[in-house]
Amino acid sequence: MSNPNTAGEQALEIDLRDPALAGFLAWLWPGLGHFYQRRHAKGMLFMVCILGTYFFGLTLGEGKVVYANWTQEDHRWQYALQLGVGLPAAPAIVQAIAAKRPEGPIGGYFMAPPKPSPRGGNIHDAGQIANTLPEWHKRLNVRFELGTLYTMVAGLLNILAIYDALAGPALSEPVDEKKRPPGEGDDKKKQS
Amino acid sequence: MNLPLPLAALLAPQIWYMLPLLVAVSLVYGATRHELLIPILQHAWRTAVWMLVFMGVIFVALVALEWWI
Repeated sequence: MSNPNTAGEQALEIDLRDPALAGFLAWLWPGLGHFYQRRHAKGMLFMVCILGTYFFGLTLGEGKVVYANWTQEDHRWQYALQLGVGLPAAPAIVQAIAAKRPEGPIGGYFMAPPKPSPRGGNIHDAGQIANTLPEWHKRLNVRFELGTLYTMVAGLLNILAIYDALAGPALSEPVDEKKRPPGEGDDKKKQS
Repeated sequence: MNLPLPLAALLAPQIWYMLPLLVAVSLVYGATRHELLIPILQHAWRTAVWMLVFMGVIFVALVALEWWI
């Protein structure tokens, strides 16, 4: 038996406007693509859930769990998933470029890659190990992993939201052919 | 005092960090399958229950394994 709520949804006509632009906007800022498509309730839901998850994770990790780095001692592959939230993860790219300058990252180590660990130095010297990856792990402990997990999940969730902006919802219960009103088309997703 | 493992695991603060994730994942997944709010919430509820049961089964299996070993 089909769910009357989902059966009702089958008759909905969704105007996806320009799906490519909506998909890009959905990546740029979670929910923005849906606002562009005038699907305000879903846009708000995506924005609150995805950005809430992302910023909660970022706060847990004190702004140090989202950074872009690819060196011999640190392959930060997690950033590829975090970048799924778009603009909120983009400062990490700016900080990765800024960290290579002699002045170092902009405004401290927020979203900046950690300093390389001192080689042959005294690991107990606080000045030497400040803002290195081992120091972040030691200080934040499990919050570093949790913050990384939350921000990664937020990026992955936004990929689902981008797909929804591009193609509309993947309705799971097909309408019963016998109950379909005569003349009703198969695809109710409209592109303008 | 040594608590039984299942109770100790439930009292560990880290486990409660799964709740916001569970809510966010369920709602977003539900929203990608439906367009209207009521079906989204129904789907989210089913997804959340499914995930909890799935994790519960793994939890029970691990506890059983720990007792067995």
